[in-house]
Amino acid sequence: MSQRGPSRRLEVVDVDLCVGCQCCMFACNRRFGEAGLLKSAIHVRSAGGFERGLIVQVCRACLDPPCARACPVDALKVRKAGGVTLQPAKCIGCGNCVEACTVGAIFWDGEAGKPIICVYCGYCVEFCPYIVIKLEPLREEVS
Amino acid sequence: MIIGDPISRVLYVDLSRKRFWVKDRSELFEKYIGGVGAGIHLLMEECPQGIDPLAPQNPIILAVGQLNGFFPIASKTVALFKSPHTGNLGESYAGGRSAIALRMAGYGAMVVKGASDLPLYLVVTEDGVEFRDASVIWGTSSSYTVGRVIREREAGAGVRTIMRIGVAGEKLVTYSCVVTETYRHFGRLGLGAVFGSKKLKAILISGRRSLKPVDYKLYREVYQKIFKALTDSGIMKKYHDIGTAMNILPLNELGGLPIQNLTSTRFEDAEALSGEAFAQNHLGRRVACAHCPVSCIHIAALREPYVHEPYFYKTRMICYDYEPIYALGTMLGIGSREGVLKVIDEVERLGLDAISTGVALAWATEAMQCGLVGEGETGGLKLNWGDYKAYVKAIQMLAFRETPLFNALACGVDYASSVYGGREFALAFGGNEMPGYHTGPSAHLGFLVGARHSHLDAAGYSLDQRLLKSGEEASAGKIVEELFQEETWRQILSSLIVCFFGRGVYSPVTVCRALKVLGYQLTPADLEKLGREILKRKFEFKFREGFSFKKLRIPERIFQTPSPHGKLSREFMEEALKLYEEKVKALLGNL
Repeated sequence: MSQRGPSRRLEVVDVDLCVGCQCCMFACNRRFGEAGLLKSAIHVRSAGGFERGLIVQVCRACLDPPCARACPVDALKVRKAGGVTLQPAKCIGCGNCVEACTVGAIFWDGEAGKPIICVYCGYCVEFCPYIVIKLEPLREEVS
Repeated sequence: MIIGDPISRVLYVDLSRKRFWVKDRSELFEKYIGGVGAGIHLLMEECPQGIDPLAPQNPIILAVGQLNGFFPIASKTVALFKSPHTGNLGESYAGGRSAIALRMAGYGAMVVKGASDLPLYLVVTEDGVEFRDASVIWGTSSSYTVGRVIREREAGAGVRTIMRIGVAGEKLVTYSCVVTETYRHFGRLGLGAVFGSKKLKAILISGRRSLKPVDYKLYREVYQKIFKALTDSGIMKKYHDIGTAMNILPLNELGGLPIQNLTSTRFEDAEALSGEAFAQNHLGRRVACAHCPVSCIHIAALREPYVHEPYFYKTRMICYDYEPIYALGTMLGIGSREGVLKVIDEVERLGLDAISTGVALAWATEAMQCGLVGEGETGGLKLNWGDYKAYVKAIQMLAFRETPLFNALACGVDYASSVYGGREFALAFGGNEMPGYHTGPSAHLGFLVGARHSHLDAAGYSLDQRLLKSGEEASAGKIVEELFQEETWRQILSSLIVCFFGRGVYSPVTVCRALKVLGYQLTPADLEKLGREILKRKFEFKFREGFSFKKLRIPERIFQTPSPHGKLSREFMEEALKLYEEKVKALLGNL
């Protein structure tokens, strides 16, 4: 596995390679020991029918994340090099972050009443058969 | 079974009264592991004996199995109904996102009963069912448009399936299909007509949930092993690279590819229609079913100029596979890829089963050639091998049931040939049109005796080819034994529900380990016993609805055109048929 942790983020390498199998979504959910899709922080859908290709929605690890700005209780801690970490104990479940994310990469865990936010672990990458996604070093380290 | 797994919930929908309710059926899903195992019991319960398949009482059962949502390539949904095409067991499978959507919406099965007074589509979520007016999209000429309209109006992008019918389903063509996710189908045996008879245009199902395995550590371990086998081992290479169209060249070389209504088995344009040629010249996109890393769905991009507008083009995205290339290509003598793609596209638009449509038109062409039908019966249309433009027109006339001939053909070749003659070259088995394999006796025996008269019941085509390779002269008894074993095992895969393309990975031992993750303690011997029991239930349904081995008709044509095993003998086939009947009788306890 590639190096995990706070200095990495997920990158969509080439969305045209995506076949829509959603193995990444199932992988993300398995991190919690469960099968299914509810807890996935990555989402794949068609771009209006499979004939038009696919869309992969995943956190871009923004430098100045709108989700953090929209959080009324500072539950989303901005990482130094971009992206956020959810502090579930602080989160009141208002859902503002979901609305604020420009690319729709924050999802909702109806069971927990909390947002689902990518932790940049890269587990999904291991299950993408076509290298559509990869773990990338964050900007600072690149420069 | 996992305690509290929502798979035990069965959603009942009554279209007549616009009501729905949920029942717990743990006993079915525990014992029969879901899919066809649970579904055949629901069909037995819900389908009154002897009903007209297009009557409101005919239920539509959609079911998933224990492994759907848990393991990769467990990606199929089974539909069970009384078939308007054969008048007997209707059993059809589709992938796309159907299985994951139903499982994630929190149901193991759905039972749709009754008939609506006005056209409807259903929106199914974990909260239940909403009934939506479909009168505006009823009659829409293209199934693509129906998908587009519903997609735009409803929520759940990415975690939903949209099953819909085309005009053929509305017009009750007995082999109309249900399309899901644009390119996958409940293709065979006429589920589309059952939807149509209920004024049911579409079913959208969506859901997102999480399921807790009994043993998480084992889950990860077994998952990794299966995933690796599906992606690394080469077992899936055929489906992955070129797709099922890969079969064209080897079957042509073998002399097992039916051409022009099985008047021959070698096609001069086979190269042009090969999977390799389609990939090289047209392949525009690859797509997968949900939770399947293989992506066997191959979509051609067909760019065409508009005739009356210079510098205007349209690009149609058309899915191709082996069976449509056989039925709508080689069977009709069409040697151009563009021609085949246009015919396939018309079948998609109107929502027909590709195999039955191709075989029906192949019969009509031969019937026209030998003067059984003339232009009077076809509304002036001339059918000639290779004339794809005429076939596109014929498909429209068929879907709309224009002229008495196309109206008869809309009920299949068995029926059309009973009206116009030409029985000896009407290529249907048990009422269902022939798939693309004239590989030898096992293939044809499989079509005849398989519970749904499909090549997928027991894969006789594969047995034929194995025997050919080994050079073994197999007795009728040996063939019967092998087909019966294979069909028995496939009841398990069809209950889990694992796509048959993954059958090389899901061995009995692997299936037992996967089920252990869900709390089952089963051995391969237990699975075999269960497989037999499910197959038995299917035959009980078939006999209840009037099936008889004695009534099976073997089209003379298969004895005229040599197969890779040489000319087939009627005596051999009849002997094998008798032996199979004895096996089924033993299974049923001498019914």
